[in-house]
Amino acid sequence: MTTRYTKDHEWVRLDGDIATVGITQYAAEQLGDVVYAELPEPGRSFKQGDDMAVVESAKTASDVYAPVSGEIVEVNAEIKNENWQIINDGPEADGWFVKLKLADKTELDALMDEAAYADYVKGL
Amino acid sequence: MTPPTTSGNRGLLQAEPLIFETGHATGAGVDLPEPKGAPTKLNGLTRKAALDLPGLSEPETMRHFVRLSQKNYAIDLGLFPLGSCTMKHNPRLNERAARFEGFADLHPLQPVATVQGALELMDELAHWLCTLTGMPAVALSPKAGAHGEFCGMLAIKAALEARGEGRRKRVLVPSSAHGTNPATAAAAGFTVDEIPARDDGRVHLDDVKAKLGPDVAAIMITNPNTCGLFEPEIRRIADAIHEAGAYFYCDGANYNAIVGKVRPGDLGVDAMHINLHKTFSTPHGGGGPGAGPTVLSAALAPFAPVPHIVLRGRTRELREHAHGTQAFGRMCAFHGQMGMFTRALAYMLSHGSDGLRQVAEDAVLNANYLLARLKPHFSAPFGERPCMHEVLLDDSSIKPKGVETIDMAKALLDEGYHPFTTYFPLVVHGAMLIEPTETEPKRELDRFAEVMIALAGRVNAGEVEFFKQAPKLTPMRRLDDTRAARQPKLRWRRGDNSAGARQAAE
Amino acid sequence: MRYLPLTDADREQMLAVIGVKTVDDLFVDVPNAALLKSLVDLPRAQGELEVHRRLQRLAEKNTPAGRTAFFLGAGAYRHHVPASVDHLIQRSEFLTAYTPYQPEIAQGTLQALYEFQSQVAQLLDVEIANASMYDGSTACAEAAMMAARVTKRKKIVFSGGVHPHYVDTARTACEAQGLEIVALPAAIDDEAAVAKELSADVAAVVVQSPNLFGTVTDLTQIGEAARGAGALMVATFTECVAFGLIEPAGAYGADIVCGEGQSIGNALNFGGPYVGLFGVREKYIRQMPGRVAGETIDADGKRGFVLTLSTREQHIRREKATSNICTNSGLCQLAWTIHMTLLGEKGLRQLATLNHEKAIELADALAKVKGVEVLTERFFNEIAVKLPKPAQEVVDTLAARGVIAGVAMSRLNPRAGMDDVLIACATEMNTDEDIAAYAKALQEALQ
Repeated sequence: MTTRYTKDHEWVRLDGDIATVGITQYAAEQLGDVVYAELPEPGRSFKQGDDMAVVESAKTASDVYAPVSGEIVEVNAEIKNENWQIINDGPEADGWFVKLKLADKTELDALMDEAAYADYVKGL
Repeated sequence: MTPPTTSGNRGLLQAEPLIFETGHATGAGVDLPEPKGAPTKLNGLTRKAALDLPGLSEPETMRHFVRLSQKNYAIDLGLFPLGSCTMKHNPRLNERAARFEGFADLHPLQPVATVQGALELMDELAHWLCTLTGMPAVALSPKAGAHGEFCGMLAIKAALEARGEGRRKRVLVPSSAHGTNPATAAAAGFTVDEIPARDDGRVHLDDVKAKLGPDVAAIMITNPNTCGLFEPEIRRIADAIHEAGAYFYCDGANYNAIVGKVRPGDLGVDAMHINLHKTFSTPHGGGGPGAGPTVLSAALAPFAPVPHIVLRGRTRELREHAHGTQAFGRMCAFHGQMGMFTRALAYMLSHGSDGLRQVAEDAVLNANYLLARLKPHFSAPFGERPCMHEVLLDDSSIKPKGVETIDMAKALLDEGYHPFTTYFPLVVHGAMLIEPTETEPKRELDRFAEVMIALAGRVNAGEVEFFKQAPKLTPMRRLDDTRAARQPKLRWRRGDNSAGARQAAE
Repeated sequence: MRYLPLTDADREQMLAVIGVKTVDDLFVDVPNAALLKSLVDLPRAQGELEVHRRLQRLAEKNTPAGRTAFFLGAGAYRHHVPASVDHLIQRSEFLTAYTPYQPEIAQGTLQALYEFQSQVAQLLDVEIANASMYDGSTACAEAAMMAARVTKRKKIVFSGGVHPHYVDTARTACEAQGLEIVALPAAIDDEAAVAKELSADVAAVVVQSPNLFGTVTDLTQIGEAARGAGALMVATFTECVAFGLIEPAGAYGADIVCGEGQSIGNALNFGGPYVGLFGVREKYIRQMPGRVAGETIDADGKRGFVLTLSTREQHIRREKATSNICTNSGLCQLAWTIHMTLLGEKGLRQLATLNHEKAIELADALAKVKGVEVLTERFFNEIAVKLPKPAQEVVDTLAARGVIAGVAMSRLNPRAGMDDVLIACATEMNTDEDIAAYAKALQEALQ
C-alpha cells in the first residue's frame, strides 16, 4: 500500500480503489488536543482540494481538504462517537477520518511520498 | 502550592460557590408589595415549567459579587497592555454623566419633544466624530466594533447596488486583519480574498493592484495596522481602490494612535467604525457593552441606516423608517448605545482638541519608549522603525530556549500584570502585542519593562520549568481548555454533583 | 490634562531614550500631507466642573420617564432596579476588566457569566444559553441567520406580532446574506398564521410572545407544525419579566429563544446599552453565535471557568465564523445576573404578578373611557388599545400634560394601517394615581 502526503498535512493511503484519509502526525502535534471534528456524510463527493472536514483544538480550527477526488464510502465511527483522543493517539493509524472511493488515480502522482513529506516538514 | 486552609479562603481572597449552591427559591433580596391575587388575563398560559432560580438577600448578594470581583484583574489595578484593545483609564465623570436622570431614565420611544437634549447630545457627538475624522457623516447606531464594520460594509453594498454594480462581490482583506473583518465581509454576503503578509508587516500597493478587478467591492484595512505600524502607502492604496471602482473600509480599532493628529478622511477612507470603548474610553466592563459608530464618506452617506436625526428649525426629529429613503436598513431596535454616547462625549469635552491630540502623541510615545527598552532583550520584528501605539514582539528569542509566548504571558500573571495580546496578529510567529496607552505614567512603564527584561533573563538562564509552572500566585492556576471544550458544561443543573462546590471551597 | 500622567520632563527623557528629537519623528510613516499641522476645529480641554455642567444642561432638556405618568414599553421597560446592582457593576474589577481571555485572573467575570447562562437557561426553559448578545433585536437577527445555517434553507417567516424594529433589523442582516424575509401583516392576536407559510424552503418561523401588542400565545402547535416541515421555531420577546408568570417559549419546544433582557437590572438608557438573551437546544450549540463560558478545572484540580467553544468565533474562524460578533454586553449582563439573584424565584414571580395586576388595572381603566377599546385579550403587562383618533395625536397631547401614554403603532410601523392603535404598558412602577391620571387625561383628550 502506498501512502502519499499533501502540503496541508493530510495523508492518503490506497487499498484497491479505496483511499483512506487522515491528518499527519505533524498536523496532530501542531493542533494539540483535539476537542471536535466534523466529518462529511457518506455518499458525498469531493474534488481534490475541496474543504472536506474540520478538526479543532480548544484554540484553533483547521480545515481538512480532500487530498484526492472521490466519494465518501465510510467515516471513522470512533470519531463520530466523539472519541477525539483517537486522533491524537494515532493520527496515521486508528485516527483516520474517512474512506473515499477514488475517482482518478493519477491525482496521487502529484502528492509527496513519505521521504519528500519528511523533508517538507523539516523545512517548516 | 501554599498549604490549604480550613475555610478554603486565602487571606483576602474568599472562596465562593455558585449562587445555585447557596441560594434557594424562597430567598430574596427585594421586598415587593404582595400581589392582590386578582384573576389573570392569561387564559391558562401561566408558567408550568420550573423556575428554580436561587435568591439571595442583599448582604449575601453583595458579598457574592464582591468576592467574585476580587478574582478579576482590571485597569484600575494596574497596567493592562492588551494590544488592539486600548485598555486606558475610564474617567468616573463619564459614569456619573451617563447616569443623569435626564439620560438614563429616557425611553427610546418617548415623544421627540421630550428628548430634545438627548438628540442634541447625539448630534454633538456626531459633530465631534465627523470633525476629528474629517468625514461628512456618521451612523451612530452600531452597537460594537464588529457591528460598525457590518454597517460600513452594508453601506458599501448599498452604494454598489445603487450604481448597478451589485455583481462586485470580492473584498480584499490583508492576512494581518482582525478576525472580525473577514467574518463581517462574509456576513455581508461578500467573498474574502486575502492579501498575503509581507516581511515588513505592511500592505503594499503592488499587492493590492495585483488583486484589483471589476469584481472587487472593497478593501478592508486596519490603519494603524495590527502590527502597530502606520501604512505608509495608505493614500495611494485608497486612490488605486477608488480608480478600480471599489471602496475603502478602514478598521478604526487603532484610531487611538492618530486621533487629533491624522484625519482618516484625508487618507481616502469611505467608511470607518470607531470603537467608543477604545479610543473614547467607555469602560470595557468584562466584555462589553461597546459602541461602534461608523463614519461615512460623501459617497456612502446617503445609505446610512435609520434612525437619522433631522433638524427642523430648532427642533430635532427622528426619521425611523428606511422606506422611501436610500437608507440600507436598520442595525438594531432604537438609536444605539446612548449610555456610551454620553460617556464618550464627556471624554471628548474633557480632553478637547488639544487633549485628544496629546492622547495620540502620548500613546505613541509610551509604546515607542517600551519598544526602545525591550528591543535589546526580545525580538521586535519591525523594531527598526518607530511603531505607533503598539509594540509587536515575536517568539524567536524565547522559543529556541523552550519558552512559548503563552508561558511568557502566564509568568506575567504572577508578576501582577495582565499580559499583552498573545498570538495576534497571525503574521508573525508567537506574537506578543503590547499596547500601554497614554494613561500610563513613566514609572509604570519602567516597572513593566524591568519585569519583562527580568523574564527575558530567566529565559536565557534556561529556567523553562519556571515558565511552564506559571502562574502559581493567581486565584487559579492554568485552566484546562481542552476539558472544557471536549465535554462542554455550560450551565448549572439541579442534581449536579456538588463535588465542584466542595472543590471550590477547599 | 487630568487623565494624562506624563509630564513634559518625562516626555523629554523618553524621547532621549528612544533617540528622536520630537514626537512627530515617531509619526514618520504618516504621509506629510496627512499629518495635521494645527488642532482640529473643536473646543479646547475643560475641567470636570465645566463638562459636568454642560452635560447636566443637556440632560435637563429632556423629560425623564420618572417625572411623568409613564406607560410606554414596546421593547424597553421601566422597572425598579435595586440600588445594590449599580453599586456592584461600578466596582473597578468589573467595570474596568476586559473580556476574560486570561481566565486565571478573570474568574470573577467568568463565574458571573456561567451564573448568567444558568439563570437564562432556567428562565427561558432552554437547554443552553450564551453569554449575551448586544440586545434583543440583534439577538433575533442572529437567530434567524442561525436557523438558516442549521436547516440550510433560505426563507424566514416573521409573524405579524413581532416588533417591527426586530423585523427590520433581521431583514437588514439576513438579506445581505441572500436570505429571504417574509413579514406577515401586523396582527394583534394571530401568531399561528406563520404556520400557514411553512413549506420545504422555510428555515424558521419567528414568533413573539408576549408579542408587540401584548398578546400571550400558546406556541405548542406552531412548534409542532415547524418541526413537521423541517423548520425551526424561533421565539423572541421584549419583556423577560413575563416569564416569572407565563410559560416560556422553551417549554413550547422552541428551538431558539431570544430577546431583550433590559427589564432586569438595566435602565431605559434611551435605547442602549441593553442585553440580548439567547438560548438554544444543545444539539445546535456549534451553530450558536456569541461567547460562552464553560466549567473546567485548573492545574491543581480546582473548579474554574473559561471561555469555551471559541472555534465558532471570528477571531479563530474568520470568514467561516458563525457570526462576526465579538463584544457581548458584559456589564449589562452582570447587572441582569445581580438583579436576578436579588429576585430569585420568589421575587421574580412576585414582580411578574404585580406587573400583570397593574396592566389589568390599566386595561380596566382605559376600557371605561368612552370610545376606547382594549384589543388585547390575553396579555402580561402590555396592551393594544383602539382610539377614536390618530394615536400619535393623542400621545402628543397627553405628553404635554405629563402623561406618556404609550407608543402609536403608526410610529413603529407607518404602513400597518393601524394609525388608531396605541400600545401601552404598566409595570410595578405605576401607582394607582398614575393610572387614574392617564384615564382622566385620555378622556379629556378624546372629548
